Amino acid sequence: MVLNIINKSPFSHSAFSECLAVLGDNDRVLLIEDGVYAAQADTEYAKTITALAGNNQFYILQADAQARGIADRINHDVQAVDYTQFVELTTVCNVVHSWY
Amino acid sequence: MGSPYSTQSVETGYRFSEAALSSGHQIYRIFFYHDGVHCANSLSTPPQDEDNLPELWQQLTTQYHVDVVVCVASALKRGILDQKEAERFDKDHFNLTEPFELSGLGQLIDASAHSDRVITFAS
Amino acid sequence: MRHAPYGRSLAREGLDALMASAVFDQDLSLLFINDGVFQLKESQNTESIRQKNLEKMLAALSLYGVNDILVDQQALEQRQLSVEDLSLPVITLSATEIADLFQQQHVIFQF
Repeated sequence: MVLNIINKSPFSHSAFSECLAVLGDNDRVLLIEDGVYAAQADTEYAKTITALAGNNQFYILQADAQARGIADRINHDVQAVDYTQFVELTTVCNVVHSWY
Repeated sequence: MGSPYSTQSVETGYRFSEAALSSGHQIYRIFFYHDGVHCANSLSTPPQDEDNLPELWQQLTTQYHVDVVVCVASALKRGILDQKEAERFDKDHFNLTEPFELSGLGQLIDASAHSDRVITFAS
Repeated sequence: MRHAPYGRSLAREGLDALMASAVFDQDLSLLFINDGVFQLKESQNTESIRQKNLEKMLAALSLYGVNDILVDQQALEQRQLSVEDLSLPVITLSATEIADLFQQQHVIFQF
């Protein structure tokens, strides 16, 4: 199981869409820094996440969503985590892949 | 790998490391590569209301005895030198913060082989 | 390898890291995806931009024991590149094969 970390906005970078194109079953995705914009509800990217949410779990680094003023409009299929839970995620998954 | 003050990656990496260490995990090594080498610049002088990232790294890694290595090839071309390299290249100054050490990519490979997980904080 | 050569130094420093891995005898796979496939374009001439020629660095990979060069088939197609446009022989992979490859790794470095 791969933990994929994305730190770029899907509106200006391809990291998000490319990562999702090669996701394995059960792989997890953590959105950090500008990557959190992919989790805003009602965007085309939120729909992509919802479509995949049966197979893959999605997370967002809460501090980064709060900093950008979007913590209250996050897609329900995305779970907010703090830094300690970020650490836990890296231990639960077998390998970590950062996309940027 | 990202540059401090230009990207958020250094801050993210720092908060992650702090959380990992305080919850009892061990960090075998932190390897600063690419623009990340600027984290070791002791001459960094941010305004008082901003984090001094080289100092934060210094305090955290000293407290938990974490090995902090700066890629020597990335560092030298970006003007991060220790005393030895400054003498070797006949420079008047050096600026590497302790306890950072300059070393080669072999240290990254060694750390990868000796760690359960390797996490990149990308630029 | 996910980034184009020259505009940023990621490709160059990524290759340095790759060669270090190979020197230390690590069992590794090398995959080019997205703009990373531009690193493999033949006929690179970097004299005028004063940068190390990545095509030549890549050509030396076999000396380091890196023989299999894996490439995202879709990334080539999107960029109107065929394997004949590349400086080295490659093995093309589908999205599913790439997903499987990632699952098998202990460590992934993306440059």
